[in-house]
Amino acid sequence: MTIHNKLLMSTAAAMIAMSGVAFAESHAMTGPNGEALAETQEFTYRVLDEHSSLDPGIVEDVTGSEVVRDLFEGLYNDSKTGATLEPGVALSHDVSDDGMTYTFTLREGAEWSNGDPVTAGDFVYAWRRAASPELASPYAWYMSLMSLENVDEVISGDAPLEDLGVTAIDDYTLEVRLKEPLPYFPQMLTHATTFPVPQSVVEEHGDRWTRPENIVSNGAYVLEEHVPQERSVRVKNDMYWDAENTIVERVTALVINDENQALTRFLAGELDRTEVPAGQFPRLKEEHPDEAISFPRLCNYYYTFNLREDGPEAFKDQRVRQALALAVDRNVIVENVLAGGQSPAYTFTPAATANFEVPGVEMAGMTQQERNAKAQDLLAEAGYGADNPLSFEMVYNTSDAHRSVAVAMSQMWNQTLGVETTLANMEWQTFLEARNNGDFELARGAWCGDYNEASTFLDLLQTNSGYNDAKYSNAEVDQLLADAKTAEDPGANYTQVEQIIAEEMPVIPVYHYAGVYMMDENLIPSWPVENVQQNWYSKDLYFVADE
Amino acid sequence: MKLAEPDAKMLQEVGALAEVRGRSLWADARARFLRNKAALIGLVVLILICLFAAFGGLIAQYERDFVDFSLMGANAYQGSPSIETGHYFGVDIDGRDLYARTVQGTRISLLVGIVGALVAVLVGTLYGATAGYIGGRVDNIMMRTVDVLMSIPFMFVLILMLVIFGRSILMLFIGIGLISWLDMARIARGQTLTIKNKEFVEAAVATGVKPLKIILRHVVPNLLGIVIVYATLLVPQMIIFESFISYLGLGVQEPNTSLGALMSLGTKQMNNGTLWMLFYPLFFFLITLFAFFFVGDGLRDALDPKDR
Amino acid sequence: MFAYIVRRLAIAIPTILILVVISFLLMYSAPGGPFNSERPLPAEVMANLEAKYGLDQPMWRQMVSYVWGVVTQFDFGPSFQYTDRTVNDVIAQGFPVTLTYGLWSAIVAMVVGVSLGVSAAVRQNSVLDYLAVGITIGAQALPNFVMAPILVLIFTLWLGWLPGGGWNGGQWEYVIMPVIALSTSYMASIARITRSSMLEVLNSNFIRTAQAKGLPMRRVVLRHALKPALLPVLSYLGPAMVGMITGSVVVDIIFSTGGIGQFFVNSAFNRDYAVIMGITLLVGVLTISFNLIVDILYAWIDPKIRY
Repeated sequence: MTIHNKLLMSTAAAMIAMSGVAFAESHAMTGPNGEALAETQEFTYRVLDEHSSLDPGIVEDVTGSEVVRDLFEGLYNDSKTGATLEPGVALSHDVSDDGMTYTFTLREGAEWSNGDPVTAGDFVYAWRRAASPELASPYAWYMSLMSLENVDEVISGDAPLEDLGVTAIDDYTLEVRLKEPLPYFPQMLTHATTFPVPQSVVEEHGDRWTRPENIVSNGAYVLEEHVPQERSVRVKNDMYWDAENTIVERVTALVINDENQALTRFLAGELDRTEVPAGQFPRLKEEHPDEAISFPRLCNYYYTFNLREDGPEAFKDQRVRQALALAVDRNVIVENVLAGGQSPAYTFTPAATANFEVPGVEMAGMTQQERNAKAQDLLAEAGYGADNPLSFEMVYNTSDAHRSVAVAMSQMWNQTLGVETTLANMEWQTFLEARNNGDFELARGAWCGDYNEASTFLDLLQTNSGYNDAKYSNAEVDQLLADAKTAEDPGANYTQVEQIIAEEMPVIPVYHYAGVYMMDENLIPSWPVENVQQNWYSKDLYFVADE
Repeated sequence: MKLAEPDAKMLQEVGALAEVRGRSLWADARARFLRNKAALIGLVVLILICLFAAFGGLIAQYERDFVDFSLMGANAYQGSPSIETGHYFGVDIDGRDLYARTVQGTRISLLVGIVGALVAVLVGTLYGATAGYIGGRVDNIMMRTVDVLMSIPFMFVLILMLVIFGRSILMLFIGIGLISWLDMARIARGQTLTIKNKEFVEAAVATGVKPLKIILRHVVPNLLGIVIVYATLLVPQMIIFESFISYLGLGVQEPNTSLGALMSLGTKQMNNGTLWMLFYPLFFFLITLFAFFFVGDGLRDALDPKDR
Repeated sequence: MFAYIVRRLAIAIPTILILVVISFLLMYSAPGGPFNSERPLPAEVMANLEAKYGLDQPMWRQMVSYVWGVVTQFDFGPSFQYTDRTVNDVIAQGFPVTLTYGLWSAIVAMVVGVSLGVSAAVRQNSVLDYLAVGITIGAQALPNFVMAPILVLIFTLWLGWLPGGGWNGGQWEYVIMPVIALSTSYMASIARITRSSMLEVLNSNFIRTAQAKGLPMRRVVLRHALKPALLPVLSYLGPAMVGMITGSVVVDIIFSTGGIGQFFVNSAFNRDYAVIMGITLLVGVLTISFNLIVDILYAWIDPKIRY
């Protein structure tokens, strides 16, 4: 027997469809909830860096993914809250009893912007392409994370593409076979790497198919203009199946490297959204209460010890690690340095993670005085003091906010524990190289969840994880995490792992991110602030009319 | 003994002669320089700045890396300059005493500028004068070498060097030293080309003076005017250049700082109600450069015997 | 003169080759490759990527095939970072931007700088002289990363006259602030060099003779003094032109113009070897060309120089 997993928000979807019909004539005037809309529906936002690619199979950065999510549509979309899925090209799916075979029913009537129908074959082509050695996508690992049948053999070129566990049963039925059950598999399908790709266009234009003059896409928008390092413009796609409910007509992303320049341009009315520089939120909130917003994000910020054999001797002592972690006054960092609604972190996984119960760890319940006192005791026990001061180097990648946090932390250690730290900032590529190679003592780290589940964070502390920069290894943690994959309720495992980490302290959690933005007040009502992954879709946005 | 006596005497005489000639030339120059009020003020300011950089730290109430957690980030606006709190220049965005940091930043910026200009003057002038004077194939090879070096975008060289060899003040000096002499060499050579056709050089050549001596005795002194003007342009250029590097995040490592790094941070907070973070470093930056400009101009007017 | 130009052009080729070698060496000794990312790539994927871009070849092979591609097909290779762009595309897009505001900056710097310098020199120690010196010193001392945000604050936020950045195909209102920010310090340098060399020329014998003959000052300056006084300016102008046309990195970043300065820095940070090489070569060729032009102008202005 197969469980028919009729998709979640079907009623809501039907309502939206109905409202679309009801307001078809006047949709320029009212939003989905009947709000009065502004006359111009154009969204301009700032991006820090040029996106690397608009090819769904290749794109790896947040900036690019935001554009790709508008241009292409995968099997499912994130809902506004991010907690549930909404139908995209797929309407629903069945899962086999063993949880290893998924059968998706696709929407008939979805079209590419050149008029071709979107079929299951497009997905098969896209997925094989994303895993193919020929494309050599930097995100091929995502296909591997999805646990598709034979995926690792295909990526390494040891098996033909056809062996990948994805098949088109017919034009509107897609079958996916996994090598192990993966409870959160459907949630992974909102990611750009899984989006369909138009085979004929790719084959005709090769690498250049994503340029505005060539690109064919199936999402709510099409790419009109792209000037690298300056701007990219996407406009509403009239061929999109839900085009009549798409309100924003034109979306422009401007590349502005300097965040303070971006802020000035926002205040001058050139932008509808920009990031707030660290520490400026309270002032902006006071001066522009309707435009400054902050909401939790699914990201953590930490410093990782180097626990390798050849790493610093001092850090092999658990007491030293605990002392350093205790002496960081997270409230100062969150309230004074960043001041943008971030939350102090005593656990690795952010509280905003879906279905994650923040476990009580001892440190969280103490006052900072108690923490400092305990830190001093621990460090003294470990044999460090005025005559034998602990000293080490902490590295971070170049950025004003990272600098401020590092300066504050090093001074906290210095003022409470008498620890001497040397600060070293590196530019990103050098930093990554040093961190991956273990060429550091204490290094900054940050992680944003790939999907909304605690394992996306805790997996980093698994012995074999490629992102385990500390090279922390604990058999019990490994076992707990492995069991969690198939557990009915993995929550208990996660709690245990967090408690072990709080005890052994391979990393120092510092804070959990918040999205801190200046945003046009007329845009805020439709912005998905509850979506902690910030998977936003321009098709769901709209500007309400001035009151 | 006997043999040596006339030699010694002659040497003495020559020495005395040189002394007399030297005194008159430099005394003249000194007199002219002292008459120039702008230059004199510039010199005084420059000396004061050097004293500030060297000893200003003695009256600082805080270490340059001490953070006052109640005055950082969102609360930095409370850290305005005040004599009572001991933060004479206020605090920076990270809650550190801006006075102590300005002292240190001035020191680093001065060092960067002076080292860069020194290398440029020594290497660049000699190199350019030699190339221009000798001419022909040697000139071609020497200037092509400069061309090749100059064809590599300097920003890139420095970025890569700071990346490859790690960020340090020494690396910054080496990088700036490597770059700074190139322009000077070209200018010196260009000027030499016009000088070497002048009568006094031709006269020296005709009387059989050796090329090295001609370069040092006749060509280089005649380059001095332009070299000094350019060197005074160069010191601030080096200081400005260092500030670009700081702006790109490749400057000196925390907790060290430079005026460029302080200004860069101050500029970012310009619209955030903490203008003093820009004002103090910018003030020291500007008066340092002004002082160099005026002193340089004064020196030019003083040293150039044609200019009366 | 013609033979001289041909000879100089012939020398340019080995110059560029040396440039290629130095750049390759520098880049390959830099830590971090173009495909480093926060999540280290699986070895297979990394191998595939390196094979795709030929990075698995020994360095000399890469160098040779690079040079071969450039020479035979004018092909600078694909960008490692922007997958749908070649380096030719990147340069074709970024260079016109930089060229536009670089040339405008050069013109502004030259015209304003020389005028200021000459008028200051002619009326040495007058109010005008002090004013000009003051302006140039101020203009030169203010770093453009301080000046540019101030310009944006004034003209964009407070007055609302000009857009605060972007390029938008090079419409005039987008060009003004980058030109001001870029040209000011060069303008100041040119003014100071002009003033200083003009003073020197005005004190030389042939000018005194001309003045003694009773020629009007204006005529003396324009007909006799200007040409020799501009020689040091010319020396300065070669590298300055390159500096302006390759764009100040800082101006590109602050105004988000999308010029090659911005590409360059981002590529260096991201180890996009192909783009770094392409832009380095472009700048190299420009430098060589400007130096050549300057030398020819030199010979033209000062007939005593022979080659």
